[in-house]
This record gives sequence, C-alpha cells and structure tokens, in this order.
Amino acid sequence: MILPALFFYLFAGVCVASAVMVIVSRNPVHSVLYLILAFVNASGLFVLMGAEFLGMMLIVVYVGAVAVLFLFVIMMLDVDFTELREGFIEYLPIGLVIGGIFLAELLLVAGGWVMSPGTTKSITAAIPANVSNTEALGLVLYTKYIHYFQIAGMVLLVAMIGAIVLTLRHKAKVKRQDINVQNARTPELAMAVRKVAPGQGLQDSDAAEWVK
Amino acid sequence: MTIGLGHYLAVAATLFTIGILGIFLNRKNIIVILMSIELILLAVNINLVAFSTFLGDIVGQVFALLVLTVAAAEAAIGLAVLVVYFRNRGSIAVEDVNLMKG
Repeated sequence: MILPALFFYLFAGVCVASAVMVIVSRNPVHSVLYLILAFVNASGLFVLMGAEFLGMMLIVVYVGAVAVLFLFVIMMLDVDFTELREGFIEYLPIGLVIGGIFLAELLLVAGGWVMSPGTTKSITAAIPANVSNTEALGLVLYTKYIHYFQIAGMVLLVAMIGAIVLTLRHKAKVKRQDINVQNARTPELAMAVRKVAPGQGLQDSDAAEWVK
Repeated sequence: MTIGLGHYLAVAATLFTIGILGIFLNRKNIIVILMSIELILLAVNINLVAFSTFLGDIVGQVFALLVLTVAAAEAAIGLAVLVVYFRNRGSIAVEDVNLMKG
C-alpha cells in the first residue's frame, strides 16, 4: 500500500520540478529535455492511475514527436537565446504574484469541493472490470465516440496540411519536374543532326542551337 | 497514506500554474511559451484522467485523447508559424510581432 504512494510522490515531485526547470532554464535545448522528463513522469502518474494506454500514448506522442519537433526547430533556427531572456527578472515579481494567486485559488478549489451524491450514478460509460485499459477505451472510442475519434483525425490532418503549406517554399533556382513541358517535347525540338567537318568538331558559334 | 483524487488535482494545479508562470516569465521567447502551453495541456490531461479513474468513467480518457491530439496539432502549427516568421524577419522575438498594428 505504501509503494503506490511512494511512486506517486516520486513521479509528482520530479514532474513538477522538471516543469519548473522548463521555464527557468537558460538554454531552450535544456528546456526541451526537461519537458521530456516532465512528460515521462506524467505518464508514470497516468500508469499509477490505471490509464496505461494514455500513459504510453503520452510518451509516444510527446517524447517521440512533439519534443523532437521542438528540438528540431530550436537547433534549426539560428537565434541568440540570451537576448531573448532579457526581461526575465523584470517580469518575475508580477509573474510570481499572479502565479501565487492562481495556485492558491486552484488549490482552494481542489481541496474544498465535495462530490454531489448523484455523480456516481450519472457516469456515461463505466470502466468495465476484467478488461484491460486499452480494450476498455477502444470499446467506447470506436462505438459511442466514433465521430469524436474522426474529428481528432481531422484535426491532425488539418494540422499536417497546414504545417506543410506554411513551411513549403519554392526556391527560384531549384529545378522541378514539369510534366507538360516534358510531354510537349518532340524529337525535332530536342535533337538536331549536324554535319561535322573532320578534325574540327562543333564550333562555339553553334552553341546557341545545341542548347535548344 | 492513500493517494486520492485531491493529490492528482493538486499536481495538475501546480503544473498549470507553472505553465502560466512560464508564459509570464519568458515573454520574449516564443519557443518556451509554446512549451508552457504544452505544460498547461498536460495539466488538463492529468485532471481529466484523474476524474476518469476516480469516478470510474472511461469517457474522461476519451476526452484526454482529444486534448492530446489538439496539443500535438497546436505544437506542429505553432512551430511551423515560428519557422516562417523566422525566415521573414530573422528573429523570433515576440515583442517585434507588431507588423499588423490593429
């Protein structure tokens, strides 16, 4: 009984500590690495709660995709990050005040509420016993919430197309395939037969014609 | 020493606050702002999963899945916009983003 509690405090402590390091570390690369640590520990919390599928999903999606995306962008952009840290001290007092007020309010809400008696009766899809978490999630996700699932897919599709459209650029010097030009090319356009005098070869004055 | 719903809510509240604080402190560095938003969405996810577990209702985890999707999409689009902005301006300072003064 003591072990889950110990692991909860371990995961929660490391998660919160690395979240703090995300926002205060000087180097954004370190920020991303701490973000990965925070997400791994959050996935540990998910597993403790019995949501194994979401826990693993968190690692796959965040650590495998989002954090690597962040790393790519940080390393690709040539930015002076010390310059971007100006104003950190300046905003620290107001940020701490607002954060403190916010945290106090949230903790008051989290500590002071009671569940109304009817809540447990009004649950939509109870977690079935004797079924793994992944199967239980699939049983409702692909039946009752199929449209929801498809909307999630649409969101990803739109994001993918949007990201490609935003970052794709046509450089003037890059040669691209043009099917119409290729199909319109005939032997007459592409080739020319020349009589070459022995020992002389093609002259430079003909160059304009052979490029054509 | 049993871990209840309140413990998870407290962790989520702390993470959420750290995310808000990160947006305040790193006003100029949009990459850290995006990371703070990821932290905020993670806190939301912890809340959803905690309620799902302690109420015995699987739907909370379905919602958490959508939040996860939206967070990934948001990161992708945000970073794409950032890359385009950097190409045009040669800097990612958020305070310079005032070309379209309203």
